[in-house]
Amino acid sequence: MDSTLAGNGPGSAAPLRQGSTDALSRHRSRPRIGDPVFKWTTGFFAVLVAGLAALIMVEMAIGSKLAIQTFGFGFLTRSIWDPVAGQFGALPFIYGTVISSLISLLIAVPVSLGVAIFLVEKAPRSLSNPSLFVVQLLAAIPSVVYGLWGIFVLAPTLRNYVYPKLQSSLGFLPLFQGNQNGLGLLTAGLILSIMVLPIITAVTTDVLRAVPGAQREASLALGSTKWEATLIVLQNAKSGISGAIILGLGRAIGETMAVTMVIGNRAHISASLFDPSFTIASAIANEFTEATTDIYLQSLVELGLILFIVTFIINMLARLLVWSVTRGEGRGGHD
Amino acid sequence: MTSLSRRKLLNSTMTVLTGSCAVLAMGALFVILGYILAGGIRALSLSFLLNTPKPIGEPGSGIANAIVGSVILIGVGSLIGMPVGILAGIYLSEFGTNKFGNLLRFLIDTLTGTPSIIVGVFVWTLMVRPMGNFSALSGAVALGIMMMPIVARTTEEMIRLVPHSLREAGLALGAPKWRVTLGVVLRTAASGVATGAMLAIARIAGETAPLLFTALGLNYMSTELLQPMASLTVQIFNYAGSPYEEWHDMAWAATLVLVAMILALNIAVKVLTRNRHQQA
Repeated sequence: MDSTLAGNGPGSAAPLRQGSTDALSRHRSRPRIGDPVFKWTTGFFAVLVAGLAALIMVEMAIGSKLAIQTFGFGFLTRSIWDPVAGQFGALPFIYGTVISSLISLLIAVPVSLGVAIFLVEKAPRSLSNPSLFVVQLLAAIPSVVYGLWGIFVLAPTLRNYVYPKLQSSLGFLPLFQGNQNGLGLLTAGLILSIMVLPIITAVTTDVLRAVPGAQREASLALGSTKWEATLIVLQNAKSGISGAIILGLGRAIGETMAVTMVIGNRAHISASLFDPSFTIASAIANEFTEATTDIYLQSLVELGLILFIVTFIINMLARLLVWSVTRGEGRGGHD
Repeated sequence: MTSLSRRKLLNSTMTVLTGSCAVLAMGALFVILGYILAGGIRALSLSFLLNTPKPIGEPGSGIANAIVGSVILIGVGSLIGMPVGILAGIYLSEFGTNKFGNLLRFLIDTLTGTPSIIVGVFVWTLMVRPMGNFSALSGAVALGIMMMPIVARTTEEMIRLVPHSLREAGLALGAPKWRVTLGVVLRTAASGVATGAMLAIARIAGETAPLLFTALGLNYMSTELLQPMASLTVQIFNYAGSPYEEWHDMAWAATLVLVAMILALNIAVKVLTRNRHQQA
């Protein structure tokens, strides 16, 4: 089409039409430069944002080269963290991260699922949307604020009222032995559970709403109770809900400030949940500005690299699972 | 008990159980907000907002430097993060309907879950180490990086809400696609994009971890971008970890200021988006 128009351009057309074709061809030629420039400029920034992951990974790998070369894969399995001797291993931090995240999921998953089920399957929309917003506000509260609340409210309460009872009733388990000053793994896990609750709830709500309403109706029509219909819905939303939980796990693993403030910050592995510990993120936050030697700093950067790779994989997995459910057309839920 | 009544009992039990989960979750928010209000109101006063920190024991200490610092860090961070995020969002909505677009979208979504401390370390290796000192600018870059994926995705979603007929009308008038996108589509979606930007600001306003080894923190007023700068969040962290009762009170008061700001932003966004959906 463009070539025929160009053929009608100056010279070949009648003098009377010349002006208008000139204007037309001038007008047509403009988008040919403008549009590709526009597409490539915006595309550049889109690729830049999406490529940040690679950039972060490369930059941190370079920044921890010395540590990676010195300790190799043994970094992941060594439990020594001795800045004075220049010996570094990530195991205590990995342990603290895994345990505190597991505790948080143990508490947050049932509650979040309960909230999501109630809001989607039981409550009317007029109630569920504002309630969901209120739960979402939990995610808006900054991490450092949870930490402040954790230090001055949660930790003393747990130390004075909850942990002694826990110890007297379950103290035969190694998990609940030792002395409790309120700052430790369990407290960190509890704070984390409040912090990951909104994300698990929000994503589960989305997933449940994406399950077609016909499934509920079919189940109810066969004579099931509402709860039994909900079980069918849950069955079908399974992969999406797993995605929501994994997304919560990703948040728990990477959460920094609140954990740093309540976990007690000691690099050792102990069976007791009352004992102070360290997570990868809190170790970085705590020691980075204190690190004096190069190998110390690089070991911390390597910790960051590990944390980034792990959370990135976890988040990718979670997104894929959630997409598998929510990309469908169905919009269900109770109206 | 018959089987039916048992099933009905289970049904109502689960209603009560899930309902109490909802009450518990919402209750947690109000309990925490209650403590913030009660703890913060004690030390909060006009002079607290207008003065800079004083040595321990001296009266009239305040957080003016931290408020100014936070505003500058967030402002410069937005200047860095928003244009990039908005342009990326335009690409995703206007050209990203293919496989490549899906890949970008997926990566950007995944990035929103990046722990903020990682961004801090990244910017430290990228800027602080080469430049040789902690600086407000590096803190702003860290915040800007955190905003990019959020702004990109909200911009994309807001632009997608613009009816296709508007684009077609523009193109039918002979305007090139870039003019239609910037002059018609983006303009129509402007308030939505602005709301998304507000949400992104609300998200980064509470960040501490990315600032710890970039902007660092400072005990006096400074507006130098190439020097360390105070921020509300880092100040709260430092005060909370101190052994002084007086500083604990200040931490609570600073928290009240911060949380009030962030909640106001969130609620404003909610109100703004609800109005738009009603109009649509």
